[in-house]
Amino acid sequence: MLENEPCSIIENEYVKPGKGQAFNRVKLRNLRNGRVVEKTFKSGDSLEGADVVEVDMEYLYTDGEFWHFMATDGSFEQHGASEEALGDTIKWLKEQDVYVVTLFNGAVLTVAPPNFVELEVTETDPGVKGDTANGGNKPATLSTGAVVKVPLFINIGDKLRVDTRTGEYVSRA
Amino acid sequence: MWQPSASREALLARQRLYQTIRTYFSQRDVVEVETPYLSVAAVCDPNIEPMRIEPGRVGGQSTEQHSDQRFLHTSPEYAMKRLLCAGYGDIYQIARVFRRGEAGRRHNPEFSMLEWYRVGWDDQRLMQEVSELAQAMLAPRYPQLVVEHLHYADAVERYAGIDVFAASESDIAAKGVELAGQDLQLSRDGWLDVIMSHAVEPALPVDTLVFIDEFPASQAALARVMDDQQGRAVARRFELYFNGAELANGYYELTDADEQRRRFEAEASAHPADQRPLDEHLLAALQHGMPECAGVAMGLDRLLMMVMNTGSIADVLAFDWSRA
Repeated sequence: MLENEPCSIIENEYVKPGKGQAFNRVKLRNLRNGRVVEKTFKSGDSLEGADVVEVDMEYLYTDGEFWHFMATDGSFEQHGASEEALGDTIKWLKEQDVYVVTLFNGAVLTVAPPNFVELEVTETDPGVKGDTANGGNKPATLSTGAVVKVPLFINIGDKLRVDTRTGEYVSRA
Repeated sequence: MWQPSASREALLARQRLYQTIRTYFSQRDVVEVETPYLSVAAVCDPNIEPMRIEPGRVGGQSTEQHSDQRFLHTSPEYAMKRLLCAGYGDIYQIARVFRRGEAGRRHNPEFSMLEWYRVGWDDQRLMQEVSELAQAMLAPRYPQLVVEHLHYADAVERYAGIDVFAASESDIAAKGVELAGQDLQLSRDGWLDVIMSHAVEPALPVDTLVFIDEFPASQAALARVMDDQQGRAVARRFELYFNGAELANGYYELTDADEQRRRFEAEASAHPADQRPLDEHLLAALQHGMPECAGVAMGLDRLLMMVMNTGSIADVLAFDWSRA
């Protein structure tokens, strides 16, 4: 915990002038917004541990204010995520898919999508038959509202496999 | 984890390094010595924490007055100074030393130190020898090295924009807070340590042996304090930096026994919680009289890291702390 924000330590370097005070230069990632900060501590200082857990959860539905998830471990535990906690993951939400939900003090802090999701095309220009290798592309809107670049042969109603880390089209599903 | 952390090549480099040191000193009639690793007295410096052990009864009964408690030395300094006081002349030692809690990429709680003393020399003359030996040690990787000398105040001015003699406590603290990212509630010297380690050391020229001398009098440790050319009190202490790492720390040694006792007692009062016994043998030896001399300690593992071009001390130790 740093200034009431849950963080993970990504780097911790011990610095000690031969005849001086010992320090630790620490790089911390804020788990809420992903920002990285660098702070120096006196060696031996301690920080409160953050009560953070990651849980595999299935996306159920949204009531417009919260997006509801249920644990897949058989506990049926449910949590609602705010739009802020969802962040970019909102573009990749599909019912019954499984997401990694990070809970902080029992509330949803972040939601991470699987590396690949399969989503249906709801809008795109008509497909061009036979053009499979030309390298041209066009925008397509998916069922979640996400827009990805796709090859010209893709049609409305096609199911696509998309890499959520890059937001890029991978293949037809 | 049973495997070594260093390559065979790194172990060979250590062997060559030690040969270089031994040849260098035997050509100059500096005597290699060994002093006890376990002492009844502990280091005074509040920033260095010794490891204490109970070796069990040695040579008879233990009583309240003759406790079994011993401390692993954190440097061979005190015992070597007793040899100097006894008139044994120029001496050097390659010793394994122990410092509690000092573990990190460039630190291992037990490490190898070269320490030597030159009778009749001052810090300026010793710096020349340190420079010469360091160049011989680094030669396998750096056949030619540039040497630069800076005073502490000039280094801090140049790389952190602070005039240490003119700056107020709050100017120094403000710079420290900026560099540390938060207020660590440090003393003036504590903040200066932040400024040195965060702003100055990383900015020093690369592939250059950089000597910094004339430390603030408050950071004298066991060095003499004298006036610099502008009449400001500075410590006759120097440090050698190379590519971001501190390699050596040397003094024009304090020989005034009363002053030495005052500094020891001031340091002892800085850590009343862990009651470290003062080295009365050393104080008695100083009372007898220490010859004018200069001494320096050099971290050999750090030096090997430079020779092996690695940022990790584990790469030059057969087994680092986590595998020991």
